[in-house]
Amino acid sequence: MARVVVDVMLKPEILDPQGQAVANALPRLGVTDVSSVRIGRRIEIEFTGEPDLDRAREIADKLLANPVIEDFHIHVVDDAVAEVA
Amino acid sequence: MRIGVVTFPGSLDDGDAARAARIAGADVVRLWHGDSDLHGVDAVVLPGGFSYGDALRCGAIARFAPAMDSIIDAARGGLPVLGICNGFQILCEAHLLPGALTRNQHLHFRNRDQFLRVESTDTAWTNSFTAGQEILIPVKNGEGCYVADERTLDQLEAEGRVIARYVRGNPNGSQRDIAAITNEAGNVVGIMPHPEHAVETLTGPSLDGLGFFTSVLRALAGAPAGANAGGHQ
Repeated sequence: MARVVVDVMLKPEILDPQGQAVANALPRLGVTDVSSVRIGRRIEIEFTGEPDLDRAREIADKLLANPVIEDFHIHVVDDAVAEVA
Repeated sequence: MRIGVVTFPGSLDDGDAARAARIAGADVVRLWHGDSDLHGVDAVVLPGGFSYGDALRCGAIARFAPAMDSIIDAARGGLPVLGICNGFQILCEAHLLPGALTRNQHLHFRNRDQFLRVESTDTAWTNSFTAGQEILIPVKNGEGCYVADERTLDQLEAEGRVIARYVRGNPNGSQRDIAAITNEAGNVVGIMPHPEHAVETLTGPSLDGLGFFTSVLRALAGAPAGANAGGHQ
């Protein structure tokens, strides 16, 4: 089963206070060489038939992302190809 | 005058909004998110709360409710619409108002009484105030930080569409201290703080919130917008 993955990220110019909070916590883990953290959202869509990138793009544009503050990228992943974590 | 108050799954302040409208002198009609019939109301309030559990983004799902389809059409035709807190978020998601509401910059939920300065009395919802009047109403939000690109912000300012600003402290990091804006026609207003919680001495910090509801009644009665009788202290 193939899935369409939509990655939604805040636009670069939009402040990400959550990412900043995470970045500020990293020194407590002993990590001192990170200059920026930004947090986004990954959404996986399964169609009943073949994955439809155009439909997925429409869904992302209308609902999954807010174009005022967010950008999105779409790609297809095939579960037959094991993801290496 | 009939003011409709919409209830979404997860709305919290629909009861208070209905009560405020009633105290101002309106007949209140409770509207349901799943019903596209607006039952002939003369104005609509989208109340605060957490519609659809704030799933995805605040207001993102509510925007597609059947009631919203009708409200978006009617608002484009001039129907006065006031979005409070989550209602403001819904209006932005529906593109009836520009910009977006994002996580408070300091990441904390803010719940306090907040001073605002009313900057435009030309809207259907603010004509009972005087320009520059300071009012005190509660603010309570986690995602109330208003953002828009610089061009949009400049345009809002130039057209007098920033209708209220936070004064004596910005509770959420909103750009240019923006607390409330309106659309080009002045019939659609989004406000992050809660006027409906400041309509009775027993429970509110003031009666200043009542002015939003009396304003729309005046606008509907045909009084010229901005012809002010002194506002509500």
